[in-house]
Amino acid sequence: MKYGFYPGCSLHGTGIEYGMSTTVVAKKLDINLVEIPDWNCCGASSAHNTDPLLAKALPARNLALAEQYGLNDIAIPCAACYQRLKMSELAVQKEETREEISEIIEMNLKGKARARSILEVFSNDLSEERIREEVVKPLTGLKVACYYGCLLVKPPEVAIDSTEHPLMMDRIITTLGGTPVEWDYKTECCGGALSLTRVDAAVMMTAKILHYAKLAGADCIATPCPLCTSNLDMRQKAAEKALGISINLPVYYFTELMGTAFGIAPNELGLDKHFVEAKSLLQNISAPAGQ
Amino acid sequence: MKRIGVFVCHCGTNIANTVHCDQVAEVAKDFPGVVYSCDYKYMCAEPGQQLIQDAVREHNLDGYVVAACSPRMHEPTFRKCAERAGLNPYMIEQVNIREQCSWVHADKEKGTEKSIDLLRMAVAKARKNEPLSSSTIPVTKRALVIGAGIAGIQTAIDIADNGFQVTLLDREHSIGGRMAQVDKTFPTLDCSACILTPKMVEAAQHPNIEMVTYAEVTAVDGFVGNFDVTIRKKARYVDFDKCTGCGACQEKCPKKVSSEFEMGLGPRKAIYVPFPQAVPNKPVIDAEHCRYLLDGKCGVCKKICPTEAVDYEQKDEVIVERYGSIVVATGFDQFDISKYEEYGAGRYPDVITGLHLERLMNASGPTAGKIKRPSDGKVPEKIVFIKCVGSRDEAKGRPYCSKACCMYVAKHATLIKEKMPQSKSYIFYMDVRTGGKSYEEFYKRTQEQYDGQYIRGRVSKIFQVGDKLIVRGEDSLIGRPVEIEADLVVLAAGMEPRADAVALARTLGISYDQHGWYTEAHPKLQPIETHTAGIYLAGVCQGPKDIPESVAQASAAAVKATGLLSKGELTSEAMIAECNEAVCAGCGLCISVCPYKAIEKKKVSERVHGQMKERVVAVVNPGLCQGCGACTVNCPSSAMNINGFTNEQILAEVDALCQR
Repeated sequence: MKYGFYPGCSLHGTGIEYGMSTTVVAKKLDINLVEIPDWNCCGASSAHNTDPLLAKALPARNLALAEQYGLNDIAIPCAACYQRLKMSELAVQKEETREEISEIIEMNLKGKARARSILEVFSNDLSEERIREEVVKPLTGLKVACYYGCLLVKPPEVAIDSTEHPLMMDRIITTLGGTPVEWDYKTECCGGALSLTRVDAAVMMTAKILHYAKLAGADCIATPCPLCTSNLDMRQKAAEKALGISINLPVYYFTELMGTAFGIAPNELGLDKHFVEAKSLLQNISAPAGQ
Repeated sequence: MKRIGVFVCHCGTNIANTVHCDQVAEVAKDFPGVVYSCDYKYMCAEPGQQLIQDAVREHNLDGYVVAACSPRMHEPTFRKCAERAGLNPYMIEQVNIREQCSWVHADKEKGTEKSIDLLRMAVAKARKNEPLSSSTIPVTKRALVIGAGIAGIQTAIDIADNGFQVTLLDREHSIGGRMAQVDKTFPTLDCSACILTPKMVEAAQHPNIEMVTYAEVTAVDGFVGNFDVTIRKKARYVDFDKCTGCGACQEKCPKKVSSEFEMGLGPRKAIYVPFPQAVPNKPVIDAEHCRYLLDGKCGVCKKICPTEAVDYEQKDEVIVERYGSIVVATGFDQFDISKYEEYGAGRYPDVITGLHLERLMNASGPTAGKIKRPSDGKVPEKIVFIKCVGSRDEAKGRPYCSKACCMYVAKHATLIKEKMPQSKSYIFYMDVRTGGKSYEEFYKRTQEQYDGQYIRGRVSKIFQVGDKLIVRGEDSLIGRPVEIEADLVVLAAGMEPRADAVALARTLGISYDQHGWYTEAHPKLQPIETHTAGIYLAGVCQGPKDIPESVAQASAAAVKATGLLSKGELTSEAMIAECNEAVCAGCGLCISVCPYKAIEKKKVSERVHGQMKERVVAVVNPGLCQGCGACTVNCPSSAMNINGFTNEQILAEVDALCQR
């Protein structure tokens, strides 16, 4: 299976372990991710806060590039990138907009490229059996709070799953042998947009998510979004302080958990790059019976 | 050449302000065929009509044209006037120079010009008018009521009391409908069953009412006065003639099924009566769950039955009955709350709907009237109500108000406080709409005497922590978020049309709106009638209503249905399609487009070159044809014509306009 691959900026920076784990996991599953040559910024936050046209045009150039190279399915790990590219993809379905954008980016846009979240690719394009085949170290006994954030499920027109009660990641965790916990903060706001401007507010929002994950009995949190992860992971100390309790929940990209179950070495997945110590929990998973 | 008269009406100043009526009448004198023309202030008034009749006699007119208001308003008046003057009523034309000219234009000169053009066309058409006559059709003096909830029951009783035979049909095997599920009714708080069951019994025992339950309408043929209705009676597997309703079979049946009547909150058996006061109070076997019918094992009910009434061999029975009129009273479904994922509906057992709460409060319900929450049977203390769930929500495709919810929530909050004085009810609302006699007073009492706390705002999310449901919303009056730890959440789920409402509408040939509610013929002046003659509406199937409104509409429908039945015969439409057999090619295109199934093929024999030949032509059933004209525009050989609107007449109008 061949996909265009759009890493976006976070996968080279704050979300480097997302990029590392996605690449190795995809390779294991025989998914060929071809990085779109000369890709540019998706424009997340800054562009659509300034100029609606720019917000469509920036991602559209990436769509046009993908089309040029015959990569009509674009796999995108970052949730923010996914949403920007998806919005642009939907906008250019309208012929009028497509012509306008084509002129701006000086490229011929056909409107054929599809923006796809890597979570949705793993979840929909692969059978559960295919994923299970690769599992050598099941996540037996690991209780995971699957946290989807907002960007993959809202607004409804770009949602990859149910907007209020998504289950894609939960199903993957189950396939890996882990136990997703039932909780209700799956799609609550992590405070991402306030992360730099109103740290106090952002910390409280993050703290609530962490608190409810803890109450639900989770050992760790899984996410598909670099923004959520940096808030939940990086700000966890501040959240603990604000709540006055100890949380200590490692925050994983779901691809890191896939990689771990596939038996990939922790450092290849980037497990050493976390704020909240993330390696020991996964090392302590009991080996399956008979091994 | 026909002698035509022209009468131009001023309609007071309605027409005369924008049209020089005298000029119009003057110009008309020169139209071909016109032998008399005049104008008058009110043509429809008695002196106006007299003027017309006198002119007809004096000038020996063959027909006339009235330039006045819309034919919808006064065509019957001027047709009757023609009859009194000794003319065939179809020899006249009415041209609309009010709604289609004076009311919509401001320029008097142009208005006059347009009136003259319209009149010129009408005269050209009138010259080609031929006398038409309508025939009569006998009426089957029997009505069918589809749906036996409170609306259907009331309609049936009223028709029967008026002395006509009526069949009361329901797909469930007991009559009673939604009202039977309700515990108490607002605003009087009398017990729903106590006021409904006497009516159910009355319907069952009335000599003029034939009750057909556990049956569905599968096809409707025919037309007003004579509908041929195909009814499928579902197999009950119990012989009602033998069954005494002793209940032994229900007791011994080993198969437990979640009860639909109890909204899934309680069990029933595979052989069952849905509720204790059911009418008829004899059980049926649910074939989907019966062990014997599924895999041939068990047979306990047959063994235990003292009268040998159980009959596993029973089959569905299809009957065709003829009715003069039909009343549709099929009611509603409750909105499916699982569409509100943010409320966890369907996932949290303690997020329920108003109808669930009715069952939990009812003395014959699954908890014997003690309010216990479904998850753990605990008695709830903090109860949150959320209004407008599946109503007034465009995102969910339900932009309309369900009308009854504001009152039933107030009723619930009142009754809960009465039953459990230590409890507290919070009610999230968008608006409180309590229009209706004594309704607003009831709502006030809920607030002031029964401690119902009304919070204006929407709930954004419900989630579970421990055994509490956290209800998070906004109080938009103080502009703050609110969070309530509730034990039970009741969603005031709105009403939506029955899942198969559209299918039934198509079977009946009645119209429905974008949601699936059946459409009345006129929103103000014909709220009971459908666009299909002889079919009437009662209750919620036409749109959300509460019980008193449903009952009122039911009685009105009964009056309409009886009015039709009390006529011995109906006059059929005169302006209907007719086939010119000489040019008909027998292609049958008209048959496929006819919405009234009024056209059939028939064989005719004719002599061609000395030999008898048979060929197929179309023939119109004058009793069924409504004169819509679909066949005429579809006919490739122009064989189909609408009498009174023939192709020749339409072309004469076009010619008249072009030749001015």
